[in-house]
Amino acid sequence: MLFLILPLIAVFMEAFKQGTAVFLSAIMEEETFSAVKLTLLVAAITVPLNVTFGVAAAWAIAKFSFRGKNVLLTLIDLPFAVSPVIAGLIFVLLFGSQGIAYPWLEANDIKIIFAVPGIILATTFVTFPFVARELIPIMEAQGKDEEEAAVSLGASGWKTFLRVTLPNVKWGLLYGVILCNARAMGEFGAVSVVSGHIRGMTNTLPLHVEILYNEYQFAAAFAVATLLAALALVTLIIKSLIEWKTQRESGGEHV
Amino acid sequence: MSIEVVNITKSYKNFTALKEVSLHIPEGELVALLGPSGSGKTTLLRLIAGLEQPDTGAILFHGEDNTNRDVRERQVGFVFQHYALFRHMTIFDNIAFGLSVRSRKTRPSKQEIKERVHLLLRLVQLDGLAHRYPSQLSGGQRQRVALARALAVEPKFLLLDEPFGALDTKVRQELRRWLRHLHEKLGLTILFVTHDQEEAMELADQVVVMNEGRVEQVGSPEEIYHLPANPFVYSFLGRVNLFRGRIRDGKVRLGEAEFETEWEHNSGELPAVGYMRPHDVEIALAPGDGHFVQARIQHISPLGPIVRLDLRRLDTDELFEAELSHQRFSELHVEEKSTVFVKLNNLSFYVESPAATTPRPTFLPIQASF
Ligand SMILES: Nc1ncnc2c1ncn2[C@@H]1O[C@H](COP(=O)(O)OP(=O)(O)OP(=O)(O)O)[C@@H](O)[C@H]1O
Ligand SMILES: [Mg+2]
Repeated sequence: MLFLILPLIAVFMEAFKQGTAVFLSAIMEEETFSAVKLTLLVAAITVPLNVTFGVAAAWAIAKFSFRGKNVLLTLIDLPFAVSPVIAGLIFVLLFGSQGIAYPWLEANDIKIIFAVPGIILATTFVTFPFVARELIPIMEAQGKDEEEAAVSLGASGWKTFLRVTLPNVKWGLLYGVILCNARAMGEFGAVSVVSGHIRGMTNTLPLHVEILYNEYQFAAAFAVATLLAALALVTLIIKSLIEWKTQRESGGEHV
Repeated sequence: MSIEVVNITKSYKNFTALKEVSLHIPEGELVALLGPSGSGKTTLLRLIAGLEQPDTGAILFHGEDNTNRDVRERQVGFVFQHYALFRHMTIFDNIAFGLSVRSRKTRPSKQEIKERVHLLLRLVQLDGLAHRYPSQLSGGQRQRVALARALAVEPKFLLLDEPFGALDTKVRQELRRWLRHLHEKLGLTILFVTHDQEEAMELADQVVVMNEGRVEQVGSPEEIYHLPANPFVYSFLGRVNLFRGRIRDGKVRLGEAEFETEWEHNSGELPAVGYMRPHDVEIALAPGDGHFVQARIQHISPLGPIVRLDLRRLDTDELFEAELSHQRFSELHVEEKSTVFVKLNNLSFYVESPAATTPRPTFLPIQASF
């Protein structure tokens, strides 16, 4: 417990070491602002994308049997297995100036590497498994009975999904979204490779912290880091709220 | 609405769950599907409901082919083995579900749905529990919610998968009586699955006995109990004693006992097995008229109104059971280790037909007594 809390406290202490004024000026700086904006933008795009994909994949895997199910499961796990740096490099190899798709991108004037689309791609890839992995065991444990009951009562596939499947996994889904979001905002490795660290353009919060740190602006680095630490705290709080809530609801709830 | 199942075969990968099953369920009847675990009862029910597709064969409702119809269009009321209530919905919403998911054109108004649900809640004697969640109900109450939910959409008939399977004896008894009452009141065709022979006999107009994916016999409870079509049905419908012997020229010998049968088959001596219910065993202290064999009492189990005796025949050493009323038992004054005279009544013999060409052995039932 101490090992977990201590670094957090240290971050806050370092941030306020030179007083609130330095802290505030670091946070209010324009480059920090743009990093926050970019981070939020990336999360706003990748999280819904991965939620859609994750729910669809978990639904297909848990409720149906089809060929290639194991291949799909392996694909979902791939981002967990591959180091984020490698993941970033794969995108560079695909879309970078030496990449396979580069001539075509060049011709159409699309920039992916060292630009926002690359960051979004890399983040999506890295956060890909969170929602699906969270939902698959829940959906599998619930079985198909309720869905079958719904269809036998005349509900369409879509209505069954909306009114039976989704409400049954809502807490698991929220949990997955929280984790996915935390990772999307905090991802460093893959994003670092594809971003190019262009200040005010392609810097996300974690990258910004690293740059400040490397430039010996320790107070500023830690000040920005508190934003990420706060995010971690909020994530943990929501997560334990959800756990508490699901535990209370599942108490004796075996229908 | 009547249900017709024609020559249905259903396989899962390399396992055949149903083998050429045919069945006719007349309109308005309460029919039991009876069979041991794994005999394909649930599979057959799911096929009729349309939750599963047959490999071959057809399913007709009221003479109309429904084989390729979607579940949603079949309008079947299905009650699942484990109820499958929607766990995140109240009892009210569970029952209203079938009506509220209808397209706007066919959906009743909110007020109509409400009235309907409350009517059903009264029917299943659960008024007052509308706002509870399934997890806050007892097993018997959940079962009735599942029934009300299925009835809400006015199905053409009801399919119930082991409706009382997970409940204790007393609740089962109550629900059985209630279901029969409901059937009389609504006049709906009901097909229900059970592996409890007593439940099937007590409730059903017709009993369908299944085993290993086949229909073994269809008949009224009396028919299947008193005229079982084969040894499986005989054994499945109650306790049974087996005596092994041989048949020759229509005469069966089981140890010292000899029986005349009407079987005319001249192929020399063949093995034959005699089947007999424990309550058909007659016990006496002295040999009366007719044939008696001697037996020793191994064990006495008083079971309330009846007493069961475990006996061993002195001539063949075979073990068998006898059931007699408590009164008769007291009259006899017997105890363990006593030797008694036993008369074997109402035996059914099964001889494996020598002419059978199918790989499956064919059995010929022959009724006979001493
Ligand atoms: N989806 C499936 N995949 C493979 N085998 C199956 C499947 N469903 C059923 N079976 C097999 O088919 C056979 C019949 O199953 P079914 O569920 O119809 O039995 P049942 O008579 O309802 O048994 P119980 O009384 O235990 O419910 C079983 O041997 C079962 O293993
Ligand atoms: Mg079953």
